[in-house]
Amino acid sequence: MPGDFATEILGQSATKSAVKALRAELGLDKPPVTRYFEWLGNVFQGDFGSSFSGRSKVQGDQGDRSREVVGLIIPRLKNTLFLTGVCALFAIPLSLILGISSALYRNSYYDRSATGFSLVTVSSPEFFTAYIFILLLATLFPVFPTISNVDENTTLIERFYRTALPVFTLTLVTLGHMMRMTRSAIINILSSEYIEMAKLSGASRYEVVVKHALPNAWAPIAQVIAINLAYMLIGSVVVEYVFNYQGIGRLMVGSVYNRDLPVVQACALIFASTYVILNLIADLIGIISNPRLLYPK
Amino acid sequence: MMSNNNKKGDLLLTIENIKIDGFSDERWHKIIKGINLTLNRGEILGLIGESGAGKSTLGKAAMGYTQPGCKIISGKVIFDGTDLAKLNEYEKRKIWGTKISYVAQSAAASFNPAHRLMEQTISAGNRMKLDTSENLKKDAIELYRSLQLPEPENIGSRYPHQVSGGQLQRVMTAMAMSPRPELIIFDEPTTALDVTTQVEVLSAMRKIVDQFNTAAIYITHDLAVVAQMADRIKVLRYGEEVEEAETREMLSNPKEDYTKSLWSVRSLIKPEETSDNMMLSIRNIDAAYGSSKVLHNVSIDIPKGKTVAIVGESGSGKSTTARVVTGLLPQLKGNIIFDGEKLPPKLENRTREQLRRIQIIFQMPDTAMNPRQTVDEIIGRPLEFYHGIKGKERENKVIELLKMIELDESFLDRLPSELSGGQKQRICIARALAANPDLIICDEVTSALDQIVQEGILKLLQKLQKDLGVTYIFITHDIATVKAISDEIVVMYQGEVVEQGLKSKILNPPYPDYTELLLSSVPEMDPDWLTNLLNKRSL
Repeated sequence: MPGDFATEILGQSATKSAVKALRAELGLDKPPVTRYFEWLGNVFQGDFGSSFSGRSKVQGDQGDRSREVVGLIIPRLKNTLFLTGVCALFAIPLSLILGISSALYRNSYYDRSATGFSLVTVSSPEFFTAYIFILLLATLFPVFPTISNVDENTTLIERFYRTALPVFTLTLVTLGHMMRMTRSAIINILSSEYIEMAKLSGASRYEVVVKHALPNAWAPIAQVIAINLAYMLIGSVVVEYVFNYQGIGRLMVGSVYNRDLPVVQACALIFASTYVILNLIADLIGIISNPRLLYPK
Repeated sequence: MMSNNNKKGDLLLTIENIKIDGFSDERWHKIIKGINLTLNRGEILGLIGESGAGKSTLGKAAMGYTQPGCKIISGKVIFDGTDLAKLNEYEKRKIWGTKISYVAQSAAASFNPAHRLMEQTISAGNRMKLDTSENLKKDAIELYRSLQLPEPENIGSRYPHQVSGGQLQRVMTAMAMSPRPELIIFDEPTTALDVTTQVEVLSAMRKIVDQFNTAAIYITHDLAVVAQMADRIKVLRYGEEVEEAETREMLSNPKEDYTKSLWSVRSLIKPEETSDNMMLSIRNIDAAYGSSKVLHNVSIDIPKGKTVAIVGESGSGKSTTARVVTGLLPQLKGNIIFDGEKLPPKLENRTREQLRRIQIIFQMPDTAMNPRQTVDEIIGRPLEFYHGIKGKERENKVIELLKMIELDESFLDRLPSELSGGQKQRICIARALAANPDLIICDEVTSALDQIVQEGILKLLQKLQKDLGVTYIFITHDIATVKAISDEIVVMYQGEVVEQGLKSKILNPPYPDYTELLLSSVPEMDPDWLTNLLNKRSL
């Protein structure tokens, strides 16, 4: 990112000495390596530092206005997790059902329209899908609000109502990928010899797919679900911005705009560890669902 | 449990003039071109032919099943009075797995890796509610027992990957037998097994089919195996029937030339010769993969210009020995002396000349060639690499090599995918020859090929030895091949050399125990062979 917090906040007409003073105050004048290790050391102690904006010594007498990054992030993170959680509740079962059923009726009209539709939703950018929803469900037929503003006092029912459009958007965006991968994981297995054997022992179509193919498809399905859950969390950056939802994605965008690096770093760290943790869980599911790994010879 | 009230000898299955087409390369091909077949209750019919003869397709058609991409064009499959070809999926499923069951070639691939063996064994019976789950399990344990599986009470709780290939094949036989079907289709059930395991599986299958008086169709490419199992044999080629006769009649008096040619590989015999001049001496080699030691103090001598066959079942260390000789797996201890000089254990320490003089031909020609290179590139590469031959001279040399392996220059621009299995193996031989080596290691080079193609490859290798004087190490588990090509034989078992010597010495008594077991397990073209063998062994 060009520029830093000091040049950004003081504007183009700032004197060099003012910029220098602010940099010294924030510690931006130290060498990057030192700053990185200081930050890393603090993170390990649970201290993500303070936000650059709203510092303690602003104009002397107004008291301490420093904002801890942790305190800033946690309520936003809760909001984002709520949004992602609701999406996951919709998208995962729905995509599994759609994926399995289109594998079951492969090449039927049902399968073709389901895969075709999912291709469209996967290919559309989130903001576009979001605006379509706003147009349909908020403007033409005003069912849901366009602004998803929530705070601590919002009741659960109210939260569901207000986040409906972002949930729809994220669900639609991730559904296609998960559904198509579930379908192809199962179809891939349908060509194995043990599937032919199952057919020849009289298993019905449903039994072949659900009892014989699905148990062997969990590992790839878990992988794609993990990627999409992470995507929901991170993809919320765009959706939260569109619907003005007070989540971590919106916070990050705002902080990038201000060059408020402690907040950006903390957000990036959260996003990165989400990927790592979700993939770890997917790997564990892969091991648990595979007797060859679970019960060695 | 269903009882089999019908008497032996009644007509069970009739296939009338069946025609099956398969779709590949954007068009329909005729796979089965009108075959008739009858089978009585309690009778075993052997179907034999090389790959592509349509025997598997016909076997499955006997159940009214065709693989995806195949369809029955015309004809009838009358099983117990109903035409299976006319039934819909739902009606066929009621017959599949309960009245007709299927035993596949590769048990390891045909069991669902996610379910326990017992669950799979009784699945058909459970589905059709033939009996309670408890009784089905009890019955399955009895079947495991009569198939001589170890720990019949507990083996059902294992997963497929936890038991050996031979055991899995028997569990699959138990699975096929569990609903007491009237007909079992055995589709090459012992092809993937070692000879020593094959005998056990064959005897177990024959016993249980006898015990329940079940009719069976036994599909194989191995005549000696089918001779042990079948009452009648039908020979197929290119989707048509060649001939059919009672087993004894067929073995003693085959009528058609094609049938006779199926026997011929077994009649290929090389007079043995030896030489005191050693090409390669392996001295007290130990080798290991990681921490598991696979070769123990192996010493083998390979005389110059001769063929030494290394035999043994899978896991005996045959291929590992080859890897050590080529330097792919450096030995832990011991020496390899090649034409008087000591070879460095590691590949990277060997000179280009040392590398050139030892070449290897692999079992699977499909995976041993770069699928994106043409025949010209495949054979030309060692010419450039070892001899620095380029341009016009290189092209001439490649054509010369192609002639040597009995192919011509029209193959130059072809990709491996455009060749048949036998042609691919010939290209691999030409690639090895291009280096002009002194020693060629042939690692199961014929085991992926049909009998007739095998014979062609073996003859070619013999001819090349006569013309060029190359030395072969021939790794195989097939005793018929050994008889056909070797001068000397090395028997390996569990990473050790059991016996080593001239062919006449090894193949004649007295044998050490393991050699005896190995040799006696090789099926012979005598319908009484298995019976006699089992009688002898049980004494």
